[in-house]
Amino acid sequence: MSIPAQAPGQVAATSPVSKEHALELLRSMLRIRRFEERCVELYSEARIRGFLHLYIGEEAIAAGVMPALQSDDPIVSTYREHGHALARGIPMNAVMAEMFGKVQGCSHGRGGSMHLFDAATRFYGGSAIVGGGLPLAVGVGLGELMQQRHTVTASFFGDGAVAEGEFHECLNLAALWKLPVLFLCENNRYAMGTAIERALANVDVTAKAAAYNIAAEAVDGMDVLAVEDATRRAADAVRNDGPRLIEFHTYRYRAHSMYDPELYRSKEEVERWRDYDPLVTFPAQLRALGYLDDVSLTAIEHEIAVEIDAAIAYADAGTLEPVSDLTRFVYSETRPA
Amino acid sequence: MTCVAEKTYIEAIRDGIREEMRRDERVMILGEDVGAKGGVFGVTEGLQKEFGEARVLDSPLAESLIVGVAIGAAMNGLRPIAEIQFQDFIMPAVDQIISEAAKMRYRSNGDWGVPMVVRSPFGGGVHGALYHSQSIEAIFAHIPGLRVVVPSNPYDAKGMIISALRDPDPVLYFEHKRCYRAIKGEVPDGEYTVPLDRARVVREGEDIALFSYGMMVHTSLEAADRLAADGFSCEVVDLRSLRPFDRPAIVASARKCGKVLIVQEANLAVSVASEVAAIIAEDCFDSLDAPVMRLGGPEIPAMPFSPPLEQFYLVTPNKVEAKLRELAAY
Repeated sequence: MSIPAQAPGQVAATSPVSKEHALELLRSMLRIRRFEERCVELYSEARIRGFLHLYIGEEAIAAGVMPALQSDDPIVSTYREHGHALARGIPMNAVMAEMFGKVQGCSHGRGGSMHLFDAATRFYGGSAIVGGGLPLAVGVGLGELMQQRHTVTASFFGDGAVAEGEFHECLNLAALWKLPVLFLCENNRYAMGTAIERALANVDVTAKAAAYNIAAEAVDGMDVLAVEDATRRAADAVRNDGPRLIEFHTYRYRAHSMYDPELYRSKEEVERWRDYDPLVTFPAQLRALGYLDDVSLTAIEHEIAVEIDAAIAYADAGTLEPVSDLTRFVYSETRPA
Repeated sequence: MTCVAEKTYIEAIRDGIREEMRRDERVMILGEDVGAKGGVFGVTEGLQKEFGEARVLDSPLAESLIVGVAIGAAMNGLRPIAEIQFQDFIMPAVDQIISEAAKMRYRSNGDWGVPMVVRSPFGGGVHGALYHSQSIEAIFAHIPGLRVVVPSNPYDAKGMIISALRDPDPVLYFEHKRCYRAIKGEVPDGEYTVPLDRARVVREGEDIALFSYGMMVHTSLEAADRLAADGFSCEVVDLRSLRPFDRPAIVASARKCGKVLIVQEANLAVSVASEVAAIIAEDCFDSLDAPVMRLGGPEIPAMPFSPPLEQFYLVTPNKVEAKLRELAAY
């Protein structure tokens, strides 16, 4: 299997970026990275249990996509969604409390890491069923269209979902009915432990979109400015002209989940991708532009650390759902007269 | 004054959908051939003409997509009906129904519900062979978070489709295809509702309680008539809802009669009849005068095309009668 010399991004960022906005993007990526690093510690202390899928390495996508969407654009996510949730604006307290399984969590502690939901930010959930969220996103988009809301429904999925039949069914229908859905493929090259070359006869996801008459673009998912720029253009196109797809080339540095000896890839490969770590390359870019120095970086790191400490304290102090509530919300608590 | 007319089961379903689409603009239909063709059996005939292509959508042949899109639309303010042409074809959509629709309210802690109706015909005896004859409702009756209903007559068919469309949770609405044109009954004009979670005693009796649903209600009634001539009175209960079961109604009729026969077209293992029998075993032990008996299909994977094999599969009034006589003699 050949490893690309670099992340195969095709589009350079074209819009100039202000210092303020650049620092916001950096802050957003760093916030996700540090949040998850603390989650790993909490996991080893058994304060977070179950399955934990880290986004480390892929932060530029969530951080770049969210500012390019409107606050009322619905989002349907995956099980690797901490970054999406945080960048979208679900309060860190509520996300951390959910990781702890507490009532104060955004899913009341019922979902945990893989199933973050939040109606206030139109975050239609992470989901552990690969590909299962795609038809939902298409349906949400249909709902937006029928209710004359001029939004874009963002549908995140990984390269693993591209092998699912639902991916193809959804692209076909979205194109056929010109639905306002933005398909966002986070191609981190592995469906759990199966390399994309071993799963897809054609590894070019944009070619699959083309087969359904959907304009698509491959973007360097390690470059937050390229991500934001491409998302902005695609979202504009979706609002006026139906679905678009972006394939973000990215890489996860950590294991698939916490129990994964990573027998399917070499340490050298992981190290090569570290050269493209957005939390190395972007700060370097900002330093070169004079936007960032040690003092300002330390300040950002400090703010984030304070926020995370507060979130952990919040989650710790949270309460567990009483078993007497076990059967709540199996069905609606309000029934028609 | 409400006008009452005799209608077929299929007309009653269509009436109910039409009423609700006129009343509530959020109601929409999607599925294969629901629009221009009017549905594989004609349930949605004329609806696209009346309500337009934006509300009656012919979709590609992709069941998972049809149901998944309906779920997303339902979570986002619409009231979709997803039509699956035959219950046999629902399998690709089972992931969406069980993993997404049934769990959405629970896992989002009430943030989102899925007020969606999945309509689908089921049942055999129409020479449909392996994949146009099955009765797989028990798969869905097993799943908390879903509602599963099977109307047996036109009055209920209309009232229950309207209730289903007003329900905040996902409803699987199964129609026995032999009911479509064979079963007629009085149906009032205008809107009315029939509860989704109540069984109904369709014939009162004292000696044997007969539980069934869908087309089997009519088969059971015919058999009950035959026994009446010999002085045995059977109480026939139409379950109507397979999730949740109307436990008080089941218990009341079983206690009253002391003898019980459960009739379904589906094979018996791990089925609706199994659950009804379990409810009776748990709650009516002291009232029983005979073992609970069940009558259903054989344990084979599908209904064969071969005429004698298909005939052997089906539950007929003769078979019900024979079981009832066995119980009566116990």
